[in-house]
Amino acid sequence: MANVALRNLGKTFDKTTVLHDISLEVADGEFVVLVGPSGCGKSTTLRIIAGLEEATTGEVEIAGRVVNNLEPKERNIAMVFQNYAIYPHMSVRKNIGFGLRTSALSKPDRIKRLEEVAALLDMTDLLDRKPAQLSGGQRQRVAIGRAMVRDPAVFLFDEPLSNLDAQLRTQMRLEIKKLHQRVGNTIIFVTHDQVEAMTMADRIVILKDGVIQQVGTPSEVYHKPANTFVAGFIGAPSMNMMAATATSQGIRLFNGPTVALVQSDLTVGQPVTLGVRPDDLMVGTGQVLAEGQVVVQEPLGAETLIYVSVDGTEVIAKASGRTPPAVGETVRLGAATENLHLFDAATGAALR
Amino acid sequence: MAIVEAIRPTTDALMKTSAPKKPANLGQILRWLLLFAGGIAMIMPIAYMISTSLKWPHEVYNVNLIPREPTLENYTYVLEDGRFYMWFWNSIIIATITTVSNIFFDSLVGYTLCKFRFPGRYIIFIAILSTLMIPTEMLVIPWYLMSQQFGWLDTHWGIMFPGLMTAFGTFLMKQFFETVPDDFIEAARIDGLNELQIWWTVAMPLVKPALAALAIFVFLGNWTAFIWPLIVTNSTEMYTLPVGLSTFGDEADVAWELIMTGAAISTIPTLVVFLIFQRYIIQGVVMAGLKG
Repeated sequence: MANVALRNLGKTFDKTTVLHDISLEVADGEFVVLVGPSGCGKSTTLRIIAGLEEATTGEVEIAGRVVNNLEPKERNIAMVFQNYAIYPHMSVRKNIGFGLRTSALSKPDRIKRLEEVAALLDMTDLLDRKPAQLSGGQRQRVAIGRAMVRDPAVFLFDEPLSNLDAQLRTQMRLEIKKLHQRVGNTIIFVTHDQVEAMTMADRIVILKDGVIQQVGTPSEVYHKPANTFVAGFIGAPSMNMMAATATSQGIRLFNGPTVALVQSDLTVGQPVTLGVRPDDLMVGTGQVLAEGQVVVQEPLGAETLIYVSVDGTEVIAKASGRTPPAVGETVRLGAATENLHLFDAATGAALR
Repeated sequence: MAIVEAIRPTTDALMKTSAPKKPANLGQILRWLLLFAGGIAMIMPIAYMISTSLKWPHEVYNVNLIPREPTLENYTYVLEDGRFYMWFWNSIIIATITTVSNIFFDSLVGYTLCKFRFPGRYIIFIAILSTLMIPTEMLVIPWYLMSQQFGWLDTHWGIMFPGLMTAFGTFLMKQFFETVPDDFIEAARIDGLNELQIWWTVAMPLVKPALAALAIFVFLGNWTAFIWPLIVTNSTEMYTLPVGLSTFGDEADVAWELIMTGAAISTIPTLVVFLIFQRYIIQGVVMAGLKG
C-alpha cells in the first residue's frame, strides 16, 4: 500500500493545456474519486499516474518515490479500464493470472494467489470460461481480479462502471466499496457520475477544465460547495441558483422577496447568487424565496419533485409524495436559512 | 468472399420459402438469375479445366463439357512425371515461406504503424501504400537487375524476395489492428509485458481472422504466380508449378490436356488451405469491409 502525491501537475497536448497545476495528496489506503464533466482532465490525471501519459510539468510520487521517469510496470500500480480490457481469447483463469506473468512468484504460489483472488471475487466457478460467456458484471470482476492479483500499491479505476446498466452499477459500486474495506489498498477512481463519487469516496476531487475546484469529503462538497460549479455538479437534481443583490436588510432576490441573510463581508448592492438545493426547498415552509406556478411533476414515490416557473426560470422543489401540488397550481417555496448558499455572482466562489 | 456472405441470407430465404407461402416477386427472380449467371461464369473455367484434363489430346479443342471418351491417362502421365513433384515442392516451399514471412512482417509493421506514435508515421504509411499503385510489370526489371547483381537468379530466394513483405498485407493488418482497443495494449503494458510480448501475446490473437485472410491471399498469390518465377528461373529444377505446367507439350503444340491436369491437381493444396481457413477469411474480408 502507498500514498500518492501529485505536485503542480500540468499536461499540454499540442497547444491545448488540459491540466493546470494539479496538486493532490492521497493518503495510504484512501479511496479518492476524481469527478467532473467530460474533458475536465480526470482520465488524463489518472493516465499520468499510471504512466500511460507523460506529465508536461510537475511530479508524480507513489509510495514516497518520484515515478515520472518510470515505466507503468515499474510503478507498482494496477488499472481497471472502462471497457474492462480483459482479453477475449483467454479464459478467466488466464486473464486473472496475466498480471502474474512477470511476477517473481513460483508457479504453486501463483496458482494459490489466483485462487485466492477468484474466491474473493466469487469467481471460482467461472475460471475456465471465456469473457464472451460472462455477464457485464462478471467481466468487470475479472478486470478487478486481474488488477488485484499482483497486490499493487495503488489501484486506478478509469470509469469502470460506465458500461454497466443502472442496477448492476449500483451492485458493483457496493462490491468495490466492500473490496476496499477488505483489502485496504489506495484507490483512485475516475467517474463522471457524481452519485458514484458521493457513495464510494473517502474524498472527492472535483475537476473542471483541468483545474481542481474542490477537494473534500462527500459531505463537505455537498453541504459546503466551494463554488457554483461544485454546487451545480454535486447533487441531483442540481442546486437552484437565483440571481440576487445584497442589501442592508439581507439578500434581495431578483423580482422577489428579501431574505434575512446577513453577511458582514458583503457590500450593499453587490450582485450575488443564492443557491438552494431542491431537497431543501419546500412548499409553504421556511423563509419564502419564490412564488410561481407548478409546470411539471416528477413523482418519485415517497416524494415528488415539482418544477415551478418563477419569473420565467424554472426552480425545482420537493413536495409530498402523496399530495403534491397539481400542475398549474401556484405555490410558495421556502427553505430554512441554514440551508441557503451564497455565491459571488462574478466569480462563483462561495461566500458562506 | 464477401459475396458468400451476401448470398447466404438469400439462399437461406430460398430454402425457407420453398414451402408454398408466397410467390417470389420479379425482383427476387432477377436477383437469383443474376446470381445464377455469376455462379455459372465462375464455375465454367473450373469445369472446363477438369473436363479437359479427362480428354484425349484429339478431343481437347472440342467445346463439349462432357468428354466423349473420358480418360485418367493424363493424370497418370502427370503424376508419373518426376518434374511435377519437383515443381509442386518448389511452389509449396515458396508459397509457405512467403506466407509465414508476410504474416510476421506485415503484422509487425502494421501494428507499429497503428499503435505507436512517432514522427513520420503517416508519411511512412503513405509511402508503403503508394507502392500498391506501381504495377508488377514495372517492378520486374529492377527486381531482375537486383537478382542478377546479388546472384539470386534461378534460386528459391530470387523467386521469393519481392513478396516477403507486401504493402497490401501491411495495410490490411494496420486496418485490423485499429480494431484492437488501446486499453488492451495499455493493460498489458501496466501488467509488465514488453512491446514485443504485447504484440505477440495480446494483439496477434485478436486479429486472427485478418491473419487467416492474409495467409490465404498470400498463399494463393504465390501459388499461382507466373510472370516473376518465369523470368527469374532458368533451370527446369527451379520452376514453380505454373511455370512448369506451361512447358508441357512441344514446340509444335501445347499439351492442354496435361496443363489442365496439372492445374487441376495443383488446386488441391489451395482448396485445403481455403477450407481450413474459410470461416476466418469470410469474417476477415467482411471485417475489413466494415472497418476499411
